Amino acid sequence: MSYWLNQFALVLLTTCRDILPIAAIIIGFQLLIIRKPIAHPKKTLIGFLYVVLGIAFFLEGLEMALFPLGKLMATQLTTPEFLSVNSGEQNVGWQAYFWIYVFAASIGFATALAEPSLLAVALKAEQISGGTIRALGLRIAVAVGVAFGLTLGTFRIVTGIELYYFIIAGYVVVLIETLFSPKIIIGLAYDIGGVTTSTVTVPLVTALGLQLAEAVPGRNPLLDGFGLVAFACLFPIIAVLSYVQLAQWLGKRSISSKP
Amino acid sequence: MLKNRFIKQLFNSCLDLAPILAVVLIFQIFIIRQPLPDVTSLVIGALFVILGLTLFIQGLEQSLFPLGEAMAYAFARKGSLFWLLTFAFCLGFGTTVAEPALIAVAEQAANIASKGGMIEQTNTARDSYALGLRISVALSVGFAILIGVIRIIRGWPLYYLIIGGYCGVIILTPFAPAEIIGIAYDSGGVTTSTITVPLVTALGVGLATAIKGRNPMVDGFGLIAFASLTPIIFVMAYGMIR
Repeated sequence: MSYWLNQFALVLLTTCRDILPIAAIIIGFQLLIIRKPIAHPKKTLIGFLYVVLGIAFFLEGLEMALFPLGKLMATQLTTPEFLSVNSGEQNVGWQAYFWIYVFAASIGFATALAEPSLLAVALKAEQISGGTIRALGLRIAVAVGVAFGLTLGTFRIVTGIELYYFIIAGYVVVLIETLFSPKIIIGLAYDIGGVTTSTVTVPLVTALGLQLAEAVPGRNPLLDGFGLVAFACLFPIIAVLSYVQLAQWLGKRSISSKP
Repeated sequence: MLKNRFIKQLFNSCLDLAPILAVVLIFQIFIIRQPLPDVTSLVIGALFVILGLTLFIQGLEQSLFPLGEAMAYAFARKGSLFWLLTFAFCLGFGTTVAEPALIAVAEQAANIASKGGMIEQTNTARDSYALGLRISVALSVGFAILIGVIRIIRGWPLYYLIIGGYCGVIILTPFAPAEIIGIAYDSGGVTTSTITVPLVTALGVGLATAIKGRNPMVDGFGLIAFASLTPIIFVMAYGMIR
């Protein structure tokens, strides 16, 4: 217990160091440039304390729950017994890792659909498009995008294909779609990639990828373990741009089909 | 009032974690069918995550967000260009350094790098590598926000920036050491979460509202997208010069 307390105190101290720059920037600018006293100094101070405590607890919890959980899933879904191959077998086909793909897709779909900041963005999009884009449709599109991205990402880790082939191909698709998309939605669609990967999902997905690269024979976590987050950011952009085009096309068709 | 908000936030944090736990549980019960090892530690850890996230967001909402947003609007409306740009850079840098997901991922990257023999197997080497990663990402986000603000003022189309940044990524990738590419590509998505997104969006939308002829809906967004592209370039550069 005392060891744990020591550890936690250390985490608290490091967190203070991490939060210091932004606190200094905000307070410095407020006092020196804007030259107004802070409106609620006491409330602000308590808020900063909450932030420091919150980050410390969060990091500790990640270490105890989310990282082990990601690693555990990757390990359990790749044991030779689970894959029903002989242990020590080096040439396991990528099809054998079926359940890893299913797991990655489910995690991606579920977390994206439940993401509160995505809901806010989707409602905003429905507003500015005047109803052609439905909030629920957009959220499902994003969730499908994240699920597909993570599935492809785990497939890449299993096969060890170079990461940047996928990323370059993905961005080319994004650029082509951009040319045909309504301007008003482009900025929002691009931002959605960053919005979907929340503070909780990123560590879990990172741990999953690293452990998967460790478990699959012939893969090196240093070279192959990362990249899942990049996929989870890229594919929602493609999904949203596609959805917008589909929604527009359907909207146009229903207008022209009216007598 | 405060207590109510706290409970509401606690509920939201549970909601954040719920889909992950649900999927993991379904897999454990129906597909893996083995008892979970070390359940106590997992449960305590999950409670810590929920509590931590709640405190963190509650704290942000009563300290950083109101101050930061008010300031973003103030600078966008009347501040001189120099101070606006300085503020934009500092905002990107400061929020990224404090981003908890980035702290966690940088640490993982350092562990993997030291295990794989890329850096020495000492705590100092790991810490300095993790800090180096975070500083490069923070510098890149600061830079991205700075350029993004200039874009809004000048009215450049967003895709110029995206295509430009993307070309930078393509050009740099062949020259970067293979070990850094994965983490570089990932760092783009890691940076933009809890602290950075609301403050940067406030700056973008505030700026687009304040400048005549700009539509906050079209011009206010897109800062985040550019800020997820530049870390790729900066982290690869860090891997090359390290």
